Amino acid sequence: MTSEFRMPTLGPDMESGTLVAWQVKPGDTVKHGDIVAQVETDKGVIDVEIFAAGTVQKLLVEPGAHVPVGTVLAQLSGEEPTDVTSAVPERINEIEPARVAPAAALPTLPPAVQKRQKISPAARARAHALGIDISRVTGTGAGAVVTLEDINRLAVRSAPATARPSADQVHDMRRVIGKAMSRSKREIPHYYLSMDCCFSKARSWLEQHNSSASIEQRLLPSALLLKAVALAAHALPDFNGYYKDEAFVPSSDVHVGMAIAMRGGRLVAPAILNGDQKSLPAIMSELRDLATRVRAGHMRATELALSTITVTSLAEEGVGSLMPIIYPPQVAIVGFGSILEQPWVVGGAVCVAPVIAISLAADHRVTDGRAGARFLRHIHDALQAPEAL
Amino acid sequence: MIAHEVEQRVLQIFLDIAPDVDPAVLNRAVAFRDQFDFDSMDTLNFAIALHRAFGIDVPETDYRELASLSKAVAYVARQLAAQKSAPAG
Repeated sequence: MTSEFRMPTLGPDMESGTLVAWQVKPGDTVKHGDIVAQVETDKGVIDVEIFAAGTVQKLLVEPGAHVPVGTVLAQLSGEEPTDVTSAVPERINEIEPARVAPAAALPTLPPAVQKRQKISPAARARAHALGIDISRVTGTGAGAVVTLEDINRLAVRSAPATARPSADQVHDMRRVIGKAMSRSKREIPHYYLSMDCCFSKARSWLEQHNSSASIEQRLLPSALLLKAVALAAHALPDFNGYYKDEAFVPSSDVHVGMAIAMRGGRLVAPAILNGDQKSLPAIMSELRDLATRVRAGHMRATELALSTITVTSLAEEGVGSLMPIIYPPQVAIVGFGSILEQPWVVGGAVCVAPVIAISLAADHRVTDGRAGARFLRHIHDALQAPEAL
Repeated sequence: MIAHEVEQRVLQIFLDIAPDVDPAVLNRAVAFRDQFDFDSMDTLNFAIALHRAFGIDVPETDYRELASLSKAVAYVARQLAAQKSAPAG
């Protein structure tokens, strides 16, 4: 039984990616969820997981190769995908046939019957240490012998990108964001709603929780906001899923993407998977982990490809409210402004309270303002009972 | 632990949680927030990492003491000294 590991699609506008490095070599055993390669896309370098178990038979693409989404990168022998019921492997391996470039665009692959590669002993040792498949290396030495220099050249090319983005990378990412947002504004008839929410109870509850909990269990407001959105998306599935081929397909899983700004002008929205079923400390710990990994350039493919709805927060920027743009093919995005001290009426009297504006941009092809209002109300009410989140 | 050692460890912990920061441009006296867009998530990560490394408690009300490298180093040194003078147990 053999299976194939392909260049995954990490977003609706991704057409190709560069294989940066392999984390496995032929003969290695892999299991569901293992990180097997790093791929560079417009979003930076992404850790790519595999959703099959077995033994790596053959690496078909060398580090440094730029290949279309869907290209087979490696062959495995062993079991079938271990978790066929999960949406994760399906969508990660989902390939739009039209996007797979014709064979001519693929990197030059060696003939099926491979002649034994001539290689110097030093080069062989180095290639082995680095996990480079020597049958893929073009030798430049006398008689096409693969030299140590050939291997070192490959190793340099496959070195992971640094955490600090270059001007080109930032430019690429702005272009990708521009493309996705233009498509959104062109294709999605947005409607916008906003609701003010008193954050008094949530803040007191947080203060109390944080003063008694251990430091690793402490929460920030963002964990509450994310959980409240996940619960609303679970309760009102018309806001959770994808609009594709003239039809809305709701998702039974709730994967809330969290827009995170990276220093240097980049923006990504990795997802907290199944947030509606996770505890607040679990969500918080994932958010903390994400923030660090995003900065280090270690996002995982599943996190970027699977969001079913997105949250964007300008909580610390002093912004009152925001009108976000939907990330296609999703159909809704929730925005949170800053938690600001404001006059608030309680029982006929004006007091000062922390208030947060919740906004929603949703797709009019799927829902209308009344449904949107219910969705906002759901988030609002959840934040009034933080102990139940 | 001598002062220099504390500073080196605090710096290393900071770089672990903010791997995209170039230590060469880090200004010890300027707030992380003003230099590197440090936000509340970064601060919490920093507090937890300091707690793990030095065994000190960092209550939420002390987060402002971690605003810059020099402030954080002074804070950790104070907490370590307090820990030492407190009765064991």
